[in-house]
Amino acid sequence: MSKISSVNEFVIKFANVNGSGSASANQMFAKAIFRSGIPVSPKNIFPSNIQGLPTWFEIRASAKGYLGRKAGIDFMVAMNPQSYQQDVAEINSNGYLLYDSSWKREFHREDINILEVPLTSLVVDTFPNPKTRLLFKNLVYVGALSYLMNINKQVFIKLIEEQFKGKEKLISPNIQALEIGFNYAEKNLKDACSIKVQDANLTDGMILTNGNNAAGLGCVYGGATVCAWYPITPSTSLAESYKKYCDQFRIDEETGKNNFAFVQAEDELASIGMAIGANWNGARAFTATSGPGISLMTEFVGLAYFAEIPVVLFNIQRGGPSTGMPTRTQQSDILSCAYASHGDTKHVMLIPADPKECFEFAADSFDIADRLQTPVFVLSDLDIGMNDWTCPEFEWDDTRTFDRGKVLSKNDLDTMESWGRYLDVDGDGIPFRTLPGTHPEKGAYFTRGSSHDEYARYIEDGVINARNMSRILKKFEGAHKFLPKPIFKQETNASANGIIYFGSTEAVMQESLDELTSLGFPIDAMRIRAFPFNNDVWDFIDQHESIFIAEQNRDAQMRTLIVAEGDINPGKLISVLCFDGAPITAKFISDSIVDVLSDTNVSKTAEDSK
Amino acid sequence: MTYIVKPVNHHPNLEKNDLGLTRRDYEGTISTLCAGCGHDSISAAVIEACYDLSLSSDQIAKLSGIGCSSKSPSYFLNQAHGFNSVHGRMPSVATGANLGNQDLLYLGVSGDGDTAGIGIGQFMHAARRQLNITYIVENNGTYGLTKGQFSATNDQGSKSKYGEENLFAPIDLAAMAIQLGAGFVGRSFSGDKDQLVPLLKAAMKFKGFSLIDIISPCVTFNNHAGSTKSYDHIREHNESVSSLDFVPIGQEITTNYREGTKVDVPLHDGALLTLEKLSKKYNPLDKGQAVQRLNEAEKDGKVLTGLLYINPEVKDHAEILNITNKPLNQFTDDELCPGSAKLAKINASLN
Repeated sequence: MSKISSVNEFVIKFANVNGSGSASANQMFAKAIFRSGIPVSPKNIFPSNIQGLPTWFEIRASAKGYLGRKAGIDFMVAMNPQSYQQDVAEINSNGYLLYDSSWKREFHREDINILEVPLTSLVVDTFPNPKTRLLFKNLVYVGALSYLMNINKQVFIKLIEEQFKGKEKLISPNIQALEIGFNYAEKNLKDACSIKVQDANLTDGMILTNGNNAAGLGCVYGGATVCAWYPITPSTSLAESYKKYCDQFRIDEETGKNNFAFVQAEDELASIGMAIGANWNGARAFTATSGPGISLMTEFVGLAYFAEIPVVLFNIQRGGPSTGMPTRTQQSDILSCAYASHGDTKHVMLIPADPKECFEFAADSFDIADRLQTPVFVLSDLDIGMNDWTCPEFEWDDTRTFDRGKVLSKNDLDTMESWGRYLDVDGDGIPFRTLPGTHPEKGAYFTRGSSHDEYARYIEDGVINARNMSRILKKFEGAHKFLPKPIFKQETNASANGIIYFGSTEAVMQESLDELTSLGFPIDAMRIRAFPFNNDVWDFIDQHESIFIAEQNRDAQMRTLIVAEGDINPGKLISVLCFDGAPITAKFISDSIVDVLSDTNVSKTAEDSK
Repeated sequence: MTYIVKPVNHHPNLEKNDLGLTRRDYEGTISTLCAGCGHDSISAAVIEACYDLSLSSDQIAKLSGIGCSSKSPSYFLNQAHGFNSVHGRMPSVATGANLGNQDLLYLGVSGDGDTAGIGIGQFMHAARRQLNITYIVENNGTYGLTKGQFSATNDQGSKSKYGEENLFAPIDLAAMAIQLGAGFVGRSFSGDKDQLVPLLKAAMKFKGFSLIDIISPCVTFNNHAGSTKSYDHIREHNESVSSLDFVPIGQEITTNYREGTKVDVPLHDGALLTLEKLSKKYNPLDKGQAVQRLNEAEKDGKVLTGLLYINPEVKDHAEILNITNKPLNQFTDDELCPGSAKLAKINASLN
């Protein structure tokens, strides 16, 4: 039997039963590879359920830094008889299957290497309690893999010690389970696996973390003091991360009191209402949710837009529509956020591509919201939000100060003859606001979602209302100055064709571009990071004959937005759409593009098109 | 829409309060509600209460939802910031505002449609959280702004202006608030200023959720014979459980109640509520009894008014959450941002 042979370049998948404690063992395995200096991308593919259903954990290790999901499994650890059939079918030819051979099975695949480890039998004497045995069994396969793939056992031991710090009793049984697996493989599976991990230094200056953890931290760094939220997968861990870091950094040392507010609201309507109320008072506040929550929040989003109250909303997108696929990823809320709420509304969106950008955009979003006095959506997704990514370390410039925008102080008001809440003094469409309690006689006004004039007075005069609406649009049109610019994969454009992509698709783009180049279809690439679009977006479209747009949704929502906002000829924009709930793969993008380019008269390079 | 601007001139010898302000200084714009609307009497009572307490308007935030009631914050306290939010969602906005700055006095103004209909969920949760707010419901049993549909507080069998009978049992907001743990629950009548003003003063000084459900007849759509929220009906069926005096800190108690009927309730800041029990049996500190009496009154077709329930020992929302005393909107950049050194440690923990 031939064996897949590779060093630091493979995909391993764990098929488990959810609720069996497998995720933390699998996480540990991923971290061990990361600690060995190899970039890694673990992806937890889990059901919307607490116990008993199939769950998977895919880890791609890549010295080349290709960290997107890749179809085809090199090594399968099959721990769930319920899903054996589909799991075994997924293994690449000459790949490996490790299963619990306490119960022997036939798998009817002649082209794969089957590694039998009697996991349950091995631990039955050491761990007589069936519940703990279930947990330790996971460590046994981790131990076997440590031997099989040549990952330093000490790395695992250190990880176990770190994980159970404070619960020291658990350290030695975990190590024991690890050793059992390691020793069994050493004795029985010598030279059985040719996929190896070799120490490298490719993760220096990198961290392994998820976007929700990063965004919660970013909110702390961005000065958010109020988090009002309602539990919803996959955004819950963002709110919890904010709380975790507030508990570290925002407890008053003298009084033990909280210099922050963390409120689990009764629903999404209340959570956005609270965030708006706090921001109205000048306390930076946010909410975190996913698609269904955005649907519920839209009335309030319109209020914040029209009454010009800053507020930050994190949308960790999941599979829609309706309840959809709560534990799968998509980029399918682009339009529902860009134009959220009735009437003419348009909203600022920041679209991070990895945890580092989640941290940065979270912190930036509060400055942007305060500067523009408007809702700001941060559009992440389940893949970035809940999976750990290998990404550069977080950075912070200590000279940075918060941009609170145009807020009048008591002194400002003292020196002013008159003031109008919605008066465009500076010509940028952004008015000055006051906070309640600032001045005993000046600056009070009535905030409202009904039509109002420059002095915040209720009006029903259509001309005044149109004037106000035009001013708000002006503000929006100048917003790009404060937003992150697109990022280009190339220094100068070299192809007649370009691809536009955004968000978590970043993980696969370099791999796809390299593949396209090797196939003779080099292509330029631009990543959009914010809406309203920067002029660079229009230039990029203008400079290419054909533009592909890669999106993880069915309806080509970003394409629709580009066509609508840029008055672009739709015929020029070709969609590459993945919407099965699994993160998009490089191959999917490359294949789609090759299909189009090899089939038509579209020129391959700028040179050819001349 | 206000076309008429209120004249600012007033009599030079108007009485002044401790801040040197007259009642006129607490007024708002001219009301655009129908002449005779109960809501305007409530606005006048709010003005009176704020004047009496010598409150500084800029330290008050007025929040409302949508409807006739929710327009009324425009008609008092011009120097206070106001927020006319979305229908039924004032409680959440007020909760957020309170989290942002605990130092302000929050005055929530809502109606029976806004609170008992679309907004009942938020109302209940604000009560349950013990949000520090004076929550006024201007209760007329009807949707006035959309021309007279029944609201959820309208009594079963009560007739609409067009003769239609209400088929459903009413929601008693006061009973509900008591059951949810609200610290201060009163009911009053817009036409009874003597009862309403001290009740408002006490509610404003109370730290925690204080509800005053005020029956406030709608002269246009719900003031006819056959309505149970008309001026005539309420005057005939009003049963007051207590007479109330609010005594700020340091002031001598001058009220003279009959021996054995007086109850003193100290509030959070040391001020005193002095109650005369008009009914011997009624004890406003007894939650179970309050609910029972409300149920009995409903059966008898009576409207129980006065201070129905008070629990002076409640902790408010911010206190329950252990939030620091300094308003969260007053923290500086340095106090909020942990800085790069701490970030380096976090980075180290993630590799």
